[in-house]
Amino acid sequence: MGFVADLFRNLGAAFVGWLSGFLPPWAVALVNDVAVALLLLTLALLIVLYVIWFERKAIARVQDRLGPNRAGPAGLLQNLADAMKLLIKESITPSGADRWVYNLAPILSVFAAIMLLAVVPFGAGLIGEDLNVGVLYIVAMGSLGSMAVLMAGWGSNNKYALLGGFRVVAQLLSYEIPMVLAMLSPVLLAGTLSMQGVVAAQAGGRWFGVLMPAAFLIYLVSAVAETGRSPFDLLEAESELVAGFHIEYSGMKFAWFYLAEFMNTFTLSAVATTLFFGGWLGPFVDRAPVLGVVYFAIKVSIIYALFTWFRATLPRVRIDQLMAFAWKVLVPGALANLLLVAVLAKLPLPDLLNSLLILAANVALILTGLGMIGRSLRLQTQRRLAQG
Amino acid sequence: MLQSYAFIGILAVVAFGFAVAGLIAAWLVSPKKPNPIKNDTYECGIQTFGDTWVQFKAQYYLFALIFVIFDVEAVFLFPWAVAYRQLGFYAVVEAILFILILVGGLLYAWRKGALDWQ
Repeated sequence: MGFVADLFRNLGAAFVGWLSGFLPPWAVALVNDVAVALLLLTLALLIVLYVIWFERKAIARVQDRLGPNRAGPAGLLQNLADAMKLLIKESITPSGADRWVYNLAPILSVFAAIMLLAVVPFGAGLIGEDLNVGVLYIVAMGSLGSMAVLMAGWGSNNKYALLGGFRVVAQLLSYEIPMVLAMLSPVLLAGTLSMQGVVAAQAGGRWFGVLMPAAFLIYLVSAVAETGRSPFDLLEAESELVAGFHIEYSGMKFAWFYLAEFMNTFTLSAVATTLFFGGWLGPFVDRAPVLGVVYFAIKVSIIYALFTWFRATLPRVRIDQLMAFAWKVLVPGALANLLLVAVLAKLPLPDLLNSLLILAANVALILTGLGMIGRSLRLQTQRRLAQG
Repeated sequence: MLQSYAFIGILAVVAFGFAVAGLIAAWLVSPKKPNPIKNDTYECGIQTFGDTWVQFKAQYYLFALIFVIFDVEAVFLFPWAVAYRQLGFYAVVEAILFILILVGGLLYAWRKGALDWQ
């Protein structure tokens, strides 16, 4: 029973113990690190296969279709078949492309997506490496992904791709600011940048997402924009830019962009879970840490389902609306939230009262924000009607 | 401390190796029959004309500039947020002033119409 209760960590310890029998300590550390890295990579690929299947099925149901249902039970092997197909497809390099930039872009894209997973805590002690700058690391690696998209747009020697690249600069950079500022408030309350530290700070059901719904909403919207998913998929808007930045990519290079996009969406759901919904915490998790993985999976699935729901139901926004929303709504909102939390958390009050104050301020912030958006939209409509 | 980055380094090698290996595998098994028409860049079926790397809107620069300001702000705020619990009230007030100055900058850009996409 004791072994099962903390299954994954015990398996890891048994592996390290077995290695120590015949290897010097530095080699044990090396082999262990390589094993964990390979495990993380395999896990990432399995998760992406499942996640794409889920997304295709869910969107098909929303659109009154069946979705993939031929390859394997309930179409579960469809993505494997797609990957095989893309592998044997001809990879066409457009004439005049900047070869280095063009070929490096998909590699960098996948690289950044996998690197992000290094600091995602899947359970107690189940983390690639609990860096003491975990949150900052996520922001940094996320920017690398934007860089890859920009390189793809620039290197393709295609006007549509270049336009997609420009939009990437505008969109991903604009939404990075509110995302980083929204991530700051959990860091502020936890007092640490380490992902496991943030999880530990939410022990006892003190989830930061419940405490600061405004920060969570800002993070959620920015995360959708950061992954370039509908309704913020302007960088690959098929009706305007055909396919945007990856228009000239085919075969495995296209598959890499596809893989990276879904991996990033999963990672951002996992980060949302970690920062705002207590990560792997849940009832009885201290007695049976293996339960943490289950809680984590459930929470991430719920947030991922939310992303899928957005994608299935919301129409694409215009670029001026997109930029206005980032700079006139999300950035001031995130700054106001940060200011409110910073002031309220320093007040010399009991913990419970403090938490309630932060919650009240956040709810007030959301309501004020929504009211102001509504007013501005009404004014715009009136102006347009007056003009005829 | 520094040892924890050993794993990041190893993962970087594995991730990069995986990405490159996938492309090499595809290169080995995929057909390679390029011809000038196939390699032409796609532009709705018509032949491309003119240079691809066209001049782009100056507006992108404006947003990039505002972005740099706020990104630097975030970089300064991260250490403050980590140390927040050990800081006295004065340090918090200072950070608030810092944020408010930048909010002033944002308002200025807003009034000047730099945030309106034309």
